[in-house]
Amino acid sequence: MSRHHLLALFDNFDEAEAAIVELRAGNIRGFNPDDLILKSPIEHPEVEGVLGNKPVHIQWFTLVGAILGGLLGFFLISGAQANFFAQIKGGKPIVPLPPNFVLTYEMFILGGVFITVLGFLICAGLPAKRSPLYSAKVSEDQIGILVSGDESAIAALKAIFSKHKALEIQEEAGK
Amino acid sequence: MEKDIRENIAWAQINKDVLRSLEAPRPLYWVILLVALAMVGVGVGCEIYQYQTGIGVANMNNPHVWGLYIATFIFWIGMSHSGTLLSAILHLMHADWRKPIYRFAEAMTTFSLMTAGLFVMIHLGRLWQFYYSLPYPNERGLWPNFQSPLLWDAMAIFTYLSSSIIFLYVGMIPDLAICRDNMHPGWRKKLYSLLALGWEGTDRQWRNFRVTYLTVACFLIPLAVSVHSIVASDFAMSQQPGWHVTSFPPYFVAGALYSGCAAIISLFIILRYVFKFEEYMTLSILKKTSRLTFAIAMVWTYLNAVEFASVWYSHDEAAKDVLIQKATGTYAPFWWMMIFCGSVVPLMLAFKRFQANIPVLFAVSLLLNLGMWLERWMIVAPTFSHGYYPWAWDHDQWPSLVQWGIVFGSFGWFALLFMVFCKVFPSVSMYEVKEMVYHRSLALKNGETAEEGVH
Repeated sequence: MSRHHLLALFDNFDEAEAAIVELRAGNIRGFNPDDLILKSPIEHPEVEGVLGNKPVHIQWFTLVGAILGGLLGFFLISGAQANFFAQIKGGKPIVPLPPNFVLTYEMFILGGVFITVLGFLICAGLPAKRSPLYSAKVSEDQIGILVSGDESAIAALKAIFSKHKALEIQEEAGK
Repeated sequence: MEKDIRENIAWAQINKDVLRSLEAPRPLYWVILLVALAMVGVGVGCEIYQYQTGIGVANMNNPHVWGLYIATFIFWIGMSHSGTLLSAILHLMHADWRKPIYRFAEAMTTFSLMTAGLFVMIHLGRLWQFYYSLPYPNERGLWPNFQSPLLWDAMAIFTYLSSSIIFLYVGMIPDLAICRDNMHPGWRKKLYSLLALGWEGTDRQWRNFRVTYLTVACFLIPLAVSVHSIVASDFAMSQQPGWHVTSFPPYFVAGALYSGCAAIISLFIILRYVFKFEEYMTLSILKKTSRLTFAIAMVWTYLNAVEFASVWYSHDEAAKDVLIQKATGTYAPFWWMMIFCGSVVPLMLAFKRFQANIPVLFAVSLLLNLGMWLERWMIVAPTFSHGYYPWAWDHDQWPSLVQWGIVFGSFGWFALLFMVFCKVFPSVSMYEVKEMVYHRSLALKNGETAEEGVH
């Protein structure tokens, strides 16, 4: 059965949230509540309560990036200093830890920042192709709910959107 | 109580106002751009002359081997701390009033770091040997000295610059999507489409965006502190009189935040007028920025006093001599001017009537930055002129016009980059201003509901 996509636009978060609650509780055949995407012009953390628990994994990228950055920094410096092994060091350590800490610290941060951003791109699915159902109004002042479902579910989905005063409903028949 | 922003501005209007700034600024914008270009011309001309003739034309010779270049380098590094303060520190403290002004502060960070980096190269004279300061072996297989603060500087500045660019860019992605959606086909639309990465404002994107922004902000704060501490180590880890002071790192960090805040006030006033941002860069926000600047000015004044006291009571005669030289010698007018601009002028910010008085604040902010530039010069020059060896003293060596020209040109370079940025990219964060308006209207609504309940 072919999948259909619907994008409903609302002019406030209250109506959009109410529509999401009803969509998730409605038990509509041919519609999986997890196939629901909210598009909004601003960050709206309150919506997470109604969308369900969706964990963020970026912190793991940060941890790995920072550790790798620090290790890379330390071993790069130490490796270079070890080149001077044959030279007379006058009793001073070949790999002096206190001064090396500074560069290790900088590389720790550099690795952390770079890999965090890489993690962001992966976790947020960016760069992304523009989805066919998109309205520039979403980046202005309207809130969009994008759903996909079987043909049989479309009428019920549209009814819920209309009940909650959707300003516009766009439809696209997909694969 | 004055409002930071009107709660009834339509979101579509916010987009319209900010996007208009990309296309139709006031004529003063073009005047600033032309003046900046002329200043860059002077600087580039001086640099070409110095490059072709030799560093001698800068009149940098023993004992003044750093001259104005390194003093100005520290000034620009300091300026860069404004973005971190407004974006990262105030973001973590949930200070909503930063939202309309943090974007240009972040841009200031990036461009002042780029300007600072130039001075390290200009000061070398032999530009082609710049790579000696990078962690990369030379043609004889020798690595640079990893125990030198100068190498730490190179790494710290690279880390800070790249992280700041990333922070600026990531924070701008939702706004780039707005630009993409609203621009007519042309080079701008192509640029914004490319940079927006296909952002659509989905809940998944916002969720990850929030965590990323917060994480990078958390990294930037210790990074900013480390960068200026390392710059302070260029001085404090040496044995030169007047520089070997334990309080230098916090003193440098405070000075950096101070000059950054003062520059934010200057640019706030310029952008507010040039791009017609009166609705967003409000007097209430300017007042808060002035108060913050005043607080930091007092911290800087205190740390200055600590530095003088620690030199005076250290019984280190050479360091004491340098301090006396600063106050009474060749550099005395500049040193006292520094004290006046850095510690006396900001007292005006303590008065409510001046905290949102635009002409007064503009003049004050320029004087504060003059004081902060003089501070850096007064750290560098007096120690060189009056070091440990009396036969190496030179109180009369003066920077040549070439040095002054390059320093002058750097201000044009910064202004040019900054003004071009503000014309190509939104200098007010549209989505964060919308958040601010949304939260404010929500708070008002909740307040009204609670009041109705009481009645």
